[in-house]
Formats: sequence, structure tokens, C-alpha cells
Amino acid sequence: MVDYFLNLFADVSWLAAMPAGAQFLLAALLAGLPLFLFVAVNAIIAVYAERKVSAFMQDRLGPMGQGVGLHAGKWGLLQTVADALKLILKQDIIPALADRKLFILAPFIIFIAPFVAIAAMPFNQHILVADFNIGVFFLLAVGSVGVIGIILAGYSSNNKWSLYGAMRSAAQIISYEIPAALSILTVIMLTGSLQMQEIIKAQSGTIWGILPNWFIFNNPFTLLAFFLFFIAGVAETNRTPFDLPEAESELVAGFHTEYSGMRWAFFFLSEYANVFIVSGITAIVFLGGWQSPIPGYMDGPFWGLVWFFSKVVFLILVMMWFRWTFPRLRTDQLMRMCWKFFLPASLVNILGVGLWDLLVN
Amino acid sequence: MSLSDLTFFFVVALTIGSALYVVTSQKLVYSAMALFFTLLGIAGLFVFLMADFIAGTQIVIYVGGILVLIVFGIMLTNRISDVRLSHTSMQRGVGGVVVLLIFAGLYKMISSAPWYLESASAPESSVKGIGKLLMIEYLLPFEVASVLLLAALVGAAMLSRKSKS
Repeated sequence: MVDYFLNLFADVSWLAAMPAGAQFLLAALLAGLPLFLFVAVNAIIAVYAERKVSAFMQDRLGPMGQGVGLHAGKWGLLQTVADALKLILKQDIIPALADRKLFILAPFIIFIAPFVAIAAMPFNQHILVADFNIGVFFLLAVGSVGVIGIILAGYSSNNKWSLYGAMRSAAQIISYEIPAALSILTVIMLTGSLQMQEIIKAQSGTIWGILPNWFIFNNPFTLLAFFLFFIAGVAETNRTPFDLPEAESELVAGFHTEYSGMRWAFFFLSEYANVFIVSGITAIVFLGGWQSPIPGYMDGPFWGLVWFFSKVVFLILVMMWFRWTFPRLRTDQLMRMCWKFFLPASLVNILGVGLWDLLVN
Repeated sequence: MSLSDLTFFFVVALTIGSALYVVTSQKLVYSAMALFFTLLGIAGLFVFLMADFIAGTQIVIYVGGILVLIVFGIMLTNRISDVRLSHTSMQRGVGGVVVLLIFAGLYKMISSAPWYLESASAPESSVKGIGKLLMIEYLLPFEVASVLLLAALVGAAMLSRKSKS
């Protein structure tokens, strides 16, 4: 996208007269600013959807507009907008005994990680801010930066709940990163490329003439890898049934107990951005990204955008369904599941995909 | 000065500045946090060397692994069991002299070495080259390193196990 804007600038005389550095910065800003808006809007819509989905699952109505006038809009559509406004206006409280500098720094580090990660996500054939050679690997690498922010938030709050939440979160994210990365490796073995667009292009065409040639349908091992990656991804976003780091009944709110107002909103933004990223990577790597489910039909860039977002929205709804139907795991169950089931399964998967590639293809 | 030069000097300043803070800070947590920026800066330097895969690996291993372990260790000792943690730099004069000597030696070596200069164009994909080298030319060191890591893993599991007495 940055290159695209730079090419565009070359045609406009007054823009082309600017120094190269300023042009580059402007192009980067033009490509990056929509991302920021996207992250914010994504969170607002996702929060509304989550409240409605959870309400319907529990036979409630969820946020509704009440009384005369537009209290929260029709069907409570403006509820999260009002919540966001409230968060911006709220007083910013920093506990007296907190480590001030780190307390302020932590939400930014947590937020930067998913924000940078979205830059490497292809939305359709053309919309992609930065096409890295090491695409998938970049996403995994950036994902591991957020952990530092979570630990810092827990440490600097000077609060036992925060500290325990941060430690649980770090242990959980580091553990589940391993099966997640190993599951993606199965697909990389088949495509031989880390580039996002290459991985999506490798999934065009059909299997047996009916099924789209997505990696989830490619062979039994990638099917298993899809489930392993998605569940490990849910664990990495700290959502129920893996929400031990912020378990309300034991830790108040875990690592963000002491945060309020806008700083707290950053945790929320990054949580929903992470939900989007996990769903996005799953859709790209296993469900064909912008490829149409009926190969050859409705294939243009516009339909690419539609397909990508419908896959992502589907996966996000699955994550919400997880959240409101499963009970929370215990710490030992969580760790046993990762190290005694997920890790061996993903190692066997790699062997299996290698054999499949040798013998069947 | 072009934009890439500017970015380069920014990355260098970030790396060296935060590295200085790591050794001069009195608070261990602040040192660890400054190390975070140092490691990011080094990853940036790898990007300038067109080694994108190494840059990613740098972040995954050093930021996502080692730094998290360091901060974990600090949290467990400092906040939970109330051990006062602080570190001071001792013998700054002697240390400074040693550092200057090492710097002079490195400078002499780097400026006098005949560097092999290749025309600067990014390789198609550095991952494939690294993979082939690891699997063909350097297979033995690669396997030995993996056995070493496995031994460390088994050792850690052994140490953390509850004794059955």
C-alpha cells in the first residue's frame, strides 16, 4: 500500500516536489491511519455483537434503547458508542504506589502489537499494507511482544491480583504459542512460502471437483492443525474458557484491575484486535483467505473482501460461542492440555504432513 | 541524508541509548524494560542487513522468550517474596577503560578488514537459503544444538518435578 501511494504521489506535481522522506511519511500515514480507525471500529462493533450474542444465548435482550427518544439508539446500537465516549471522558487514575512510568507504558506496548500485526494481513487481492517476505512468521513474532506489556501492567500496578493475572497470562501465552506456531508450520511445509499472499494463492482450485482447495480440506493433518491453531489462538487472546488471567471470581480483573478510563480502553481495543487477528490468520492460512468458496465464481477484489470478512466474522462468532458456553479451565488443566495434548499432537501433525506430501502428492 | 539513513541512525540511537540505560539504571525492572528496546533495535539492524528472517527470530526468541523469563524472574523474587532488588554499577573507571580498549580494537579490525561487498539487492527469500544451509551444510551442528536443547528441557523438567519422598 505504501508503494501504491508513493506511485500515486509521483503523478501529482505539488506532492512530487516534496522531499522523499516527507512523501514516504505521508504514504505510511495514509496506509496506517485507516488501520487505527479499523482497530477502533472493530472493537466497538465486536463489543456490541458480543453483548447481543451473549444476551441471546442466555435468553435476554441485551442492550436496548429504552423510553422516549434515542437513549441508546434502536436495539441499543449506540450503546457501545456511548460507552466509548464515557471511557474517553473518564478520570485517569494512577494508584499512588504504582510504578508510574511502567504503568503508563504498558497499555501502549499491549496495543502496538496487534496494531502492527494487522499491517501484515491481506484483506483481499490488493489491500495489504505491508507484504513481508516472512508474513506469517512476522505475525507470530509481533504477537509475542504483547506479553511484555501484559507482564508490565501486572507488575507496575502494585497489586496482588494484577501480578497473579499477569503471571498466569504470560505462562499461558508462551505455552500456547508453541502449538500455534507448529500448526501453522504444517501449512508452510505444503506451500514452501511464508508470504501471506502466496499462502492464499496456493489454496485456489478444487479438490475432487467439489470442495475448494483450502488447507483445512487438504489432508487429515491440516484439518487437525486447523483446530489446534484455532483453540491455541483463543487461548492466546485470554478469552473464556482460557480467561484465567482475568478470572473475575478470583482475581477481580487480573492484570488490568488498576486501570481505568482511556488506559483501560486500550486493553479492550487490543483484546478485540487480537480476536480479529487470530480469526484472520486462521481464515488466511486454513480457510483460503479471500478465495471464493465456490472456486471460479465471484472472484474479484470486491468479492475477495466480502469472503475474507465473512470468514473472519464467522470465526469471531465461534469465539463468542465458546466464551458464553464453556466453563473456565483450571490452571493445571490448561497446562496439561497444552503440554500433554496440543504439543505432541502438533509434532505428530508435522511428521504426518511431511509423509502425506511425500506419499500422496 | 536520505530517509533510510535517518531511520538507520534512529535505530542505532535507540539501540545504544537503551543499552546504556540497561547498565546504568538502578532499578532492575527498568533495566529489563530498556533491554526490550535494545532487542527491538537489534532486530531493526538485522532488517537493515536484509536479514528479515533473523530479525523475526530475534524478536521471537529474545523478546518473546528470554526477556519474558527475565521479567518473570524479577516479578517472582521482587513483588511476591519481598526481596529488595537493586543493582549499582561498580568500578566505572576501570570498566570505561576496558570498553574503550575493546571499542578501539573493534574499530581497528572493522576499518582494516577487506569486506566483501555485494551489490545491495534484497535476496528473494532468505528463509530458503537458511533452511538449505541448515539441512545440508551445517546439519551436524544443527542436530547437536537440538540435542543440547532437548537435554536442557529434560533437565528443567527433572528439577521442577516434585520429589516422591
